[in-house]
Parts: sequence; C-alpha cells; structure tokens
Amino acid sequence: MNDVYLDYNATAPLRPEALRAMNDVLAHTHGNPSSTHAFGAAARAALARARKQVADALGVTADSIVFTSGATEANNTVLRQVARTLAGRDVHLVSCATEHPSVLEELRALGAEGCRVTILPVERDGRLDVSRFEAALGPSTRLASVMWANNETGVIQPIAELARAAAARGVPFHSDGVQALGKLPLALAALPVDYASFSAHKLGGPKGVGALYVRPGVELVPLLRGGSQEKGRRPGTENVPGIVGFGAACEAAGAEFEHAHARHDRLRERLWDGIRAALPDALRNGAREHTLAHTLNVSFPGASGEALVEALDLEGVAVATGAACHAGSTEPSHVLSAMGLARELGASAIRFSLGSGVDDAALARVLEVLPRVVTRVRQARAA
Amino acid sequence: MSERWLVAMSGGVDSSVAAALVARAGHEVVGVTMDLGDGSARGTSARGPISSDLVPRSAKKCCGLPDAEDAREVARTLGIRHYTANYRDEFRAAVIEPFAAEYAAGRTPIPCIACNRVLKFDLLLRRAEALGARGVATGHYARIASAPDGGLGLFRPRDREKDQTYFLFDLPRATLARIAFPLGELEKAEVRALARELGLVTAEKPESQGICFVPDGDVRAALARLRPDSSPAVEPGPISAPDGSELGTHSGAVGYTPGQRRGLGLSGGPWYVREVRPAENRLVVDRAPALEARSVRLRDASWLDGAPPGGEVRAAVRHRHKSVSARVEPAADGTAELRFAQPVWAPAPGQAAVLYDAADERVLGGGWITGAGT
Repeated sequence: MNDVYLDYNATAPLRPEALRAMNDVLAHTHGNPSSTHAFGAAARAALARARKQVADALGVTADSIVFTSGATEANNTVLRQVARTLAGRDVHLVSCATEHPSVLEELRALGAEGCRVTILPVERDGRLDVSRFEAALGPSTRLASVMWANNETGVIQPIAELARAAAARGVPFHSDGVQALGKLPLALAALPVDYASFSAHKLGGPKGVGALYVRPGVELVPLLRGGSQEKGRRPGTENVPGIVGFGAACEAAGAEFEHAHARHDRLRERLWDGIRAALPDALRNGAREHTLAHTLNVSFPGASGEALVEALDLEGVAVATGAACHAGSTEPSHVLSAMGLARELGASAIRFSLGSGVDDAALARVLEVLPRVVTRVRQARAA
Repeated sequence: MSERWLVAMSGGVDSSVAAALVARAGHEVVGVTMDLGDGSARGTSARGPISSDLVPRSAKKCCGLPDAEDAREVARTLGIRHYTANYRDEFRAAVIEPFAAEYAAGRTPIPCIACNRVLKFDLLLRRAEALGARGVATGHYARIASAPDGGLGLFRPRDREKDQTYFLFDLPRATLARIAFPLGELEKAEVRALARELGLVTAEKPESQGICFVPDGDVRAALARLRPDSSPAVEPGPISAPDGSELGTHSGAVGYTPGQRRGLGLSGGPWYVREVRPAENRLVVDRAPALEARSVRLRDASWLDGAPPGGEVRAAVRHRHKSVSARVEPAADGTAELRFAQPVWAPAPGQAAVLYDAADERVLGGGWITGAGT
C-alpha cells in the first residue's frame, strides 16, 4: 500500500507543470539574465514570464516582486532593513507570538541589538485581536509584521484589518504569506500591505526559491550586496530554473484554486469527523471558519505528539507535530502555547495538512490506522 | 518471525553495530537517538570535533547534535528508520539533578545506572510499545539468558573488558523479556570489525569515556554549569587528619572521592581521601590501611530474583572492580549489609555495590553504598 502524505505545510510535491517548466529551462536556457547576448535575453524572458505568473497569483504588478532564496531570506530582509536604516534611533517593532522562527528569531536578534520589540499574544483561537494590535502601535513603531496564515494550525489572521490599522498610523506592514499563497485569494494590491514573503515549495514549486512583494514606491534595503539583480534589491545571479518552477506552480495553483479549496475543506472535515467519532476527546486547535481549508491541528490528550508522528510514520502515514524544522527534536509548539494550550496538550498535537495527492481512500486509510495508534501510544505512556 | 525492534542509537560504534545485528537477524529496526540536551552533547562527531560555540542555538536544537548526525548516517547506511527523541526534561530530572545533589552531599554518584533504568529501559521501552515494537535493543555489553529458576537472567558478556552489567543491576526482571543486548556474545574487536565491514561511519570513532555530561571528567566544572544557581562547596577549605589536625587546604571538597590520592598537595604522604564533609567543606584524609573496608551498608537494595541471595556471592563496588567474595545480610527496610571475605579498597558512598552469583556470571542485584565498615 502506498504511503499517505499529509504534510503539505512542510512541503508539497513538485507540480508536474513546475517540473516541465524547470526541465525545459535546465535543458535549453542556460544564459545569465544579466548578459547582453541572446542567451541572456532568453533567460531574461523566462524570468519575466515567471515574475508575471507570481505577480498574478498575488494580484500585484510584476515589478513589485523580488525573488529570493526563500521566505526565510525574505522575512529576514524586511526585518533587518529596519535596523540598517534607523540605527541609533528609537526603533520599535510589533509582531505576534505565533510567527515563524524566521521572524521571531530575527526579532530576538534585533532586540539584542537595541530595537524595542513587542510580541503580541494571540487569542485562544490563535487570532490577533485588532484593537490590541492598534494599541501596540506607537510613534516610533517602524514595522509591524504579522503572518497571513499559520503553518502549524492554519489559523488565518485578519490581515486586511491589521494592515489598515497599521496604515492609518503610518506604520509599514509586513506579512509572512508563505502558507496563504495558493490557499487564499490574496489580491495584495488592494490592501495597504507594504511587504509580504512567499515560498515556492509550499505550493508545489521547487525548494530554495521565494519571493518578497514590495509595494510600489516602498523602500527595500537589500540584505546582500554585490549586484544589480532584482533592481539592486537582491544581488546575486537569479535562480532561473527555480524561479521558472515557482511561476509555473503559481499559475497551476491559481487555475485550480476554487476547486482545490472546496475539495480540501470537504476532505479536512471528513478527517476531523472521523477522528472525533473514533476519539471523542480529541481537540481541534483553530476553528474551521478561521483556518486554511487544508490544515487540521488536533491534540490527542494523553498521547505524545512526537511518538504519534513516529508511530504513524511506521504505519505509512506522514504527519507532523508542527513546524517541520522542529521535527526530530521537538520542543512544545510555541504556536499552541501562545494559544493558551497547556504544555501537555500542546505536546500531544499533530498537524494534518492536505493537498492534491490526498483523496477519500487515503483518508479512509488514515482513519483506520489513527485510532489504533493513538490508543497504543496512550497505553504505552501510561504504562 | 520478523519483529519490530527499537534500537537506542547513541551515535557510537557499539549501538551502530547493535542496530546492524538486529536488522541482520531479519527484524525491522527503528533507530532512536535520545536528545538529552546540551548537557549531554559531546561535541564531537565521527567527522571531527565541533566547537559548540560555533553552532547556533537553533541548529543545536534542531538537527545539529553531532552524535545524532552519526546515528542518522548509520541508519541511512543500514536502510533503517531513525528518529531523534527529546528526553531533555526527563534526563535532567532523573539523572542530572540527582547527580548534582549526590555530589553536593559529598557522595560519588554513578549517573549511568539511573540513565539506563529510567531513560533507556523505562521511557524508551514505553516508546517501543508506542511504536508497536517488541522491545529495546542497545549496544551494552551484557547478556540476557535463562537463569537457574527458568526465568530470564542478566549475565556478564563475553568481552569482560567491556562488561557493563555494573550499570544494569537494578533493571526490573520483568523488563528483561523486552530487552536485547546484541553485543553480549562479541568481543569489542569483533564489533569494530563488523562496523568496518558494514562501512559504518562510526567504525573508527573513539571510545566514549566517563560520564556523557561531564566533559574531560571535570566534575566541578560540570557542576558549576549544571547548577549555576546553587554553589556546591567549591571554595578552598581544610584538609584534616582523622585526629582533627589540619594538614592543608583543598580547592573545594565537592568532587573528591574516597580513595583519591591525587590533587591533595599534602606533605608526609601518601594520604588518601577518606571522607568528604560538604557541610564543613572539609576533606578527611587517612593512611591507606584505614581505607580498607570489611563491609558496606547499602540502601534501596534490589534483587533480580525477588529476594536477597543467601550464601556466598561475588560483589563489585565500582565499575571494573574485580569482584570479591561476600555475603549479604538484608534488613527489612530495603537496606542491607554486605560483608566481604577480604578487605575492599575505599568503597565510595553513592556508588553501587553489584552482586553476582558465586560463579561470577549472573547479576543478582545490588544496592547503593551509604557507608563502609572496617
């Protein structure tokens, strides 16, 4: 029997469209986009086409896209520029307790360098209270950064309201949109969002490619130095095949968006109904109406999430305790702790994240295996 | 019949080969490396030393434990699953804290025994059960075989030089059925040869020495790091003779152990540490004959057969101690008196006395030394 992959929030399999586009570039378009000659022009053309595809997915103009090595670099670039441009002055940053480590750890570093950092708590549903957010913004707040949708729980933040609140006070607003791309209608140009970070591999593009959206007219100080690529905003020869794969993945995701969204929501609810029926004390983390349609985070009281992930893996079901980067040596999830879950409950949670390869048969298999495994893990713990 | 076994893989050559042998026997092996926290990180890998200062905190937390890397590499070579399991809190509570408390009380703890009983053969056994595995296999040098009463017994390994039964004396007998020691019938040289033959990255890895969270055997530095808040007796203090006369000054009584001769700096020697009095930060030293013990008192005695052995047994009062003939006089409160047939040099409170049958093969149990009688 084939293994069931339910870890799309860690990474998604490469879409065939992306693979084809990348194969084509790797085989036929070796030029450097900065070169004058025809080979360079061909690479430039491939880059331009991909940039348009990514921009369309975000609902923005192509010139607002800066390609990076991934969302971690994009997040670091935006946060780091605050320190670079405003050294020596009172710099205040506002963010949220459930952010990805590529935001939280950079904020910690900036705090150590003298910036004032406010990490706002979230409500029990994982969402940031807009009035609490507004109250945190002050005259020296140089940036607010709130993720669009959470990687561990799928909880969606009220980005439009938060961005408007920041704009009303003249505070630049950044969002880590990694999990939202391809999963939510973004229409970024219509929102007062100044920066947003994205990653290709979460929606079926290749790993090692990301994008930073920079609102037209907004400044971006590059993290790296040494070239005029990406209009000087991200030096270094572009990862042309990766970027082309990113573009193709965006286009493919966009084409199936409505269908996929409905499908994932139906499958996800089926999974949850099945879990609840078999294990009535299971707890869902994050409410359906405020979470990404393909993400389900569940606590199984009395079981260790770490042991559950391993036990399910041995049965051919791939899930995660939370962010994949923590896997293999888990600390209790900071996201679930921020939502007020007791340490025990947080450590008993696993994340199911669905995608195109998951169907009813796969879920039936999961629902056959899961209750048995949860019971076994609980018994072993109590022994 | 093929079974699923969990193999505790430390990243050393012994547990690497243990995993290989279980797999070779046709079983499904799940390798698990315990992440015991920074306190246990040795900071070396098969590829050479790594300065922990150069490894970012997040890297150490995530995938940067060098020994876990080696274990993972071995698992890849063997084609088995491998996971890293976080037991930091449990290790601190069950091993590190008692270790520090014992030293602070002037005793000489042996933390590997609690690590085996609690971490490897309780928590990992439960994990094995959670993962649907038959039990836990490790790279310990010991054997499990039939005892005279027909049940399972714990025996010394073939390679007496590597014998680790001292560290396993207090395992509950019921757990033996779910434990495997694949190296019990092998010599260390054979283990290395197997590792080479299998192309394991750990084949030439040096032996781990001493206690994993005490680098270079520097107990005082480790205590200062593990318990920075409570200050053990690390201030200079008096060294006195049994008659109370002061002979000199030591640099902190904690960390000395009975029988120790080095590091005293006394004239008119040889003098040996006889007693550590942490409350006074005082070392009491004596001449060699005074450290010969005829008996020791034990607490928390445990017996694999369920009852204390009658008649003559063999006893070891420290790791690698050549056992001596002895008799046990148990008391009702879990303590016991162990009387030696010949004097034993400087048994240290905090160490275990482990008993073997008269043939010096099978582990009968043991207890924790609280004091010695001359």
